[in-house]
Amino acid sequence: MLTIDAKDQGNHIDLRLQQSPFFPRIKELCLSEQWTEWNGYQTPTYFLDSYIEYYATRNTCAVFDVSPMKKYIIEGPDAEVMMNRLTVRDVRKQKVGRVTYTVWCTDEGRIIDDGTLFRLAEDKFMLCAADPNLDWLELGAIGMDVTVYENSYDMAALALQGPTSCALLKKLGFTGIENAKPFDIMYFPFEGGELMISRTGFTGDLGYELWVDPNDALALWDALFSTGFEYGIRAMGDESLDMARIEAGLLAPAVEFNSALHTVEFRHDQTPFELGLDWMVNFKKPSFSGREALLKEKEQGPKWKLVKLDFEGQKSAQGSLLYADRKCTKEIGYVTSGMWSSVVKASIGYGFVKAEYADGPIFAEIYYQKEMRWYQKVVEGRKHEGAFWWPDRARQTPPADT
Amino acid sequence: MTKKYDAIVIGAGHNGLTTAAYLAKSGLDVLVVEKNDYIGGAAVSRELHDGWIYSNCSYVCSLLRQSIHRDLNLTKHGLMIVPYMGTTNFTRNGDYLAEYPDEAMQYREVRRHSKRDADAMHRYYTDLMKYAKVIRHFLLRTPADPTSFKPRDLQEMAFMAKKFMGMGERDIYEFMRFMTMSAADFLAEYFENDLIKAFYATSSIIGTALGVYSPGTAYVLLHHVMGDVDGAVGAWGLARGGMGSISKAIHGALQEHGGEVMLEAEVDTIIVKGGKTKGVALTNGSVIEAPIVVSNLDPKRTFTKIMNKEDLPEDLYKKAKDFKIRGSSGKVNIALKGMPDFPTLPKGHMLRNGSMQFLDSLERMERAYDDWKHNRWSQDPFIEMTQSSVWDPTHAAPGNYFVSCFIQYCPREVEGGWTEENKQAFGKTIIDQISNYSPNFKDHIEHMEIRTPYDIEKEVGLTEGNIFQGELTIDQLMFNRPFPGYSQYRGPVKGMYMSGSGTHPGGGVSAACGANAAREILMDLKRPNIVPEDEND
Ligand SMILES: Cc1cc2nc3c(=O)[nH]c(=O)nc-3n(C[C@H](O)[C@H](O)[C@H](O)COP(=O)(O)OP(=O)(O)OC[C@H]3O[C@@H](n4cnc5c(N)ncnc54)[C@H](O)[C@@H]3O)c2cc1C
Repeated sequence: MLTIDAKDQGNHIDLRLQQSPFFPRIKELCLSEQWTEWNGYQTPTYFLDSYIEYYATRNTCAVFDVSPMKKYIIEGPDAEVMMNRLTVRDVRKQKVGRVTYTVWCTDEGRIIDDGTLFRLAEDKFMLCAADPNLDWLELGAIGMDVTVYENSYDMAALALQGPTSCALLKKLGFTGIENAKPFDIMYFPFEGGELMISRTGFTGDLGYELWVDPNDALALWDALFSTGFEYGIRAMGDESLDMARIEAGLLAPAVEFNSALHTVEFRHDQTPFELGLDWMVNFKKPSFSGREALLKEKEQGPKWKLVKLDFEGQKSAQGSLLYADRKCTKEIGYVTSGMWSSVVKASIGYGFVKAEYADGPIFAEIYYQKEMRWYQKVVEGRKHEGAFWWPDRARQTPPADT
Repeated sequence: MTKKYDAIVIGAGHNGLTTAAYLAKSGLDVLVVEKNDYIGGAAVSRELHDGWIYSNCSYVCSLLRQSIHRDLNLTKHGLMIVPYMGTTNFTRNGDYLAEYPDEAMQYREVRRHSKRDADAMHRYYTDLMKYAKVIRHFLLRTPADPTSFKPRDLQEMAFMAKKFMGMGERDIYEFMRFMTMSAADFLAEYFENDLIKAFYATSSIIGTALGVYSPGTAYVLLHHVMGDVDGAVGAWGLARGGMGSISKAIHGALQEHGGEVMLEAEVDTIIVKGGKTKGVALTNGSVIEAPIVVSNLDPKRTFTKIMNKEDLPEDLYKKAKDFKIRGSSGKVNIALKGMPDFPTLPKGHMLRNGSMQFLDSLERMERAYDDWKHNRWSQDPFIEMTQSSVWDPTHAAPGNYFVSCFIQYCPREVEGGWTEENKQAFGKTIIDQISNYSPNFKDHIEHMEIRTPYDIEKEVGLTEGNIFQGELTIDQLMFNRPFPGYSQYRGPVKGMYMSGSGTHPGGGVSAACGANAAREILMDLKRPNIVPEDEND
């Protein structure tokens, strides 16, 4: 019988899904045994109930394993120059110890990916993205005095999100974390090594991301979950994270946008203007990838627009087509993400619509099932400005304990 | 003389606040007068001991109408309804019956006690959901007057007929039978196991001066599953910050629309002149004028305490006097300084976060009721103990707990009256019952608030301490609530209205009574209706 060696060495790769450094604990808690794949890792879809896990991000605190995220280090005298050229924001203004959310584009101004950029030192950055980007980074490094390498496997990470997250970190002895402003980075001694904590996350609520040596991963998990019991801590899966990020107005790659480098059909990819990210495009920078094309788009206006919609009724509009009229004669776009938002008490979502219709009325044609029978209905989607959920505590420093 | 208002609402219970919010939103100048120095009535959160916030009366939420939550922007005003894990029932022989959010897990758990009952559970829920579905159509609607030939009543009757016809012939019969059944008889049609029956029977006696074998308790059971959280019918949630957050959020909406609340303003009388309301006289002697006066008080209190007998039709006064509003529930709120141990459950078991009960059989529940009939609190009481502070961190600091105990049965009158001594003895009965299942519970107690029907009446103004502002029996439901001929929120004099839980659809934190009343008032004022309909997707 053929057996396959499970090690990522030698002549064969391990064909199965990989397991993050936190996996032993995750496996124990994941009563549902519902898994999904993320960058080749076995990631829980939900542990027991995604609704309750989602509520932990709004009510207590929840932990999401972000270890499968791709992490790259860009280091060297030209690191700032390179990242400033690669991304659309002004990296020169980013101070050491700060994180920014950013996107990077092709020369045609089409989005390749989004992610968070950590300035670890004057000449050292870490770029985090949901998907692989080493190829593009290496292309961007040509002719630059920098080293680019992936450290995805040398760093485990947990997102701790929700109203009691700061109180829990304080209780664990990370004194001073309450002074971290949104997008700040701090360092604490941990297990003889160092723990990096950034006030970042993907839920729109108060929250932090904890970056740790994989060897200390289980110690970190155990510390969080033992002390965290009194803080209502819960492990969360992919489903609940998606709910939280939609409410927070955050975009997901391969959902709201299709990476330009993966797009075969002409213009099935997107631009920052189309996604409403124009606020981050800094034209004061003399040059960056996509500048010319984006400048032109700024003058002419985007062809499509991503709008936030608050739909009538309670049904999720996920997957619906959008129309300019209730009779559904003029098709104008589609819903990229839709859900029933429990905190907002509304059916919310994002619509990607042809720009000329973005300011007019928008209707979704929803199909839904009730005890096997299919129904159709048309609901109006009213435009919503800003995030659906972004409580004050997410901005406050120091934040409240609950 | 003070300022004159367009409308005065007596009582800042959540229903009174809802009526006021909608009247204010419609552009009226509204004042709410409340006797206590805090708002909320029975939907209230108070810090009676430093560092612990109690849900002093109501403690869980399911009936609150989602369309009102959304329409009054209650999220913006700080409201969040959080789902919570179910209830675990502990038995005397050291076993338990638990409730899990996962259906397959639940099936396995019930099967542990009875194979047949595990299968019957689906039939039970399906039937209950059919009844819930019908009744849910009427929560945010004014009951039709079946004796009236007004177009709106005829229309409403037709609407009702249509909804019932939609059930099919068999289920119409079943539903009518159900409405008058006892919970015990109803459950016997599905289950064989004593523990399982007892577990499902708990909602049939909450707040009710009846026992599980009394006809009419099947409806009370339905009353507790007709609500929903996010469309999950029958589910219950917690209001983050305690149930007072609901009242606070509605108050926020009221303020947003320019309405006012006056605290420590107890109404002595509703002033009536020439068959019309003129305003209210407060016990402090001041008079506030308004052509519209809405009472958020229970009907008995409204018509026998704050209205002059001369202003009322004779038969109405009699109906109010005879209104069935017997108190039968107590509440003990407890501040704990550490986590009590329930040895039956393995350490770290997820069910430690939900509610707990201590039951074995319907027999045991009936004996608890027997005590009440004889003016004694139950010696072996039914307790719904909700340990909500782990999941709602706002109740107490980490490591400390708020435990809410709802108790059946506790009478309004006891031998020797509700002296401090009797009250403490009642509290002790509760703690002793819990201690049977959690030996170290007592050691953690830091503070307790013991509430008998007497206390509830004194503080919240619920006559006899009845939690629903009037019993939920069929003679006092729908177009009979509170009295035949008075189910459309209008009082006996022009300009006088009712908005409390004593009106349709009855007790519970639903905001439906208040919203329905507002709709009727706006109709009389010939203003456009701004009260939303229920969302029934
Ligand atoms: C112990 C207990 C537990 C309960 N548990 C639950 C639960 O878990 N879930 C649920 O949904 N429901 C529960 N209920 C029922 C629910 O709380 C009530 O039905 C609901 O809150 C009633 O609201 P309301 O606005 O109709 O009236 P109330 O809350 O009764 O408001 C009446 C208001 O009028 C004021 N008032 C009285 N007299 C005067 C006067 N003369 N002048 C001025 N003001 C006056 C009172 O102070 C009070 O604020 C419970 C009730 C109790 C008592």
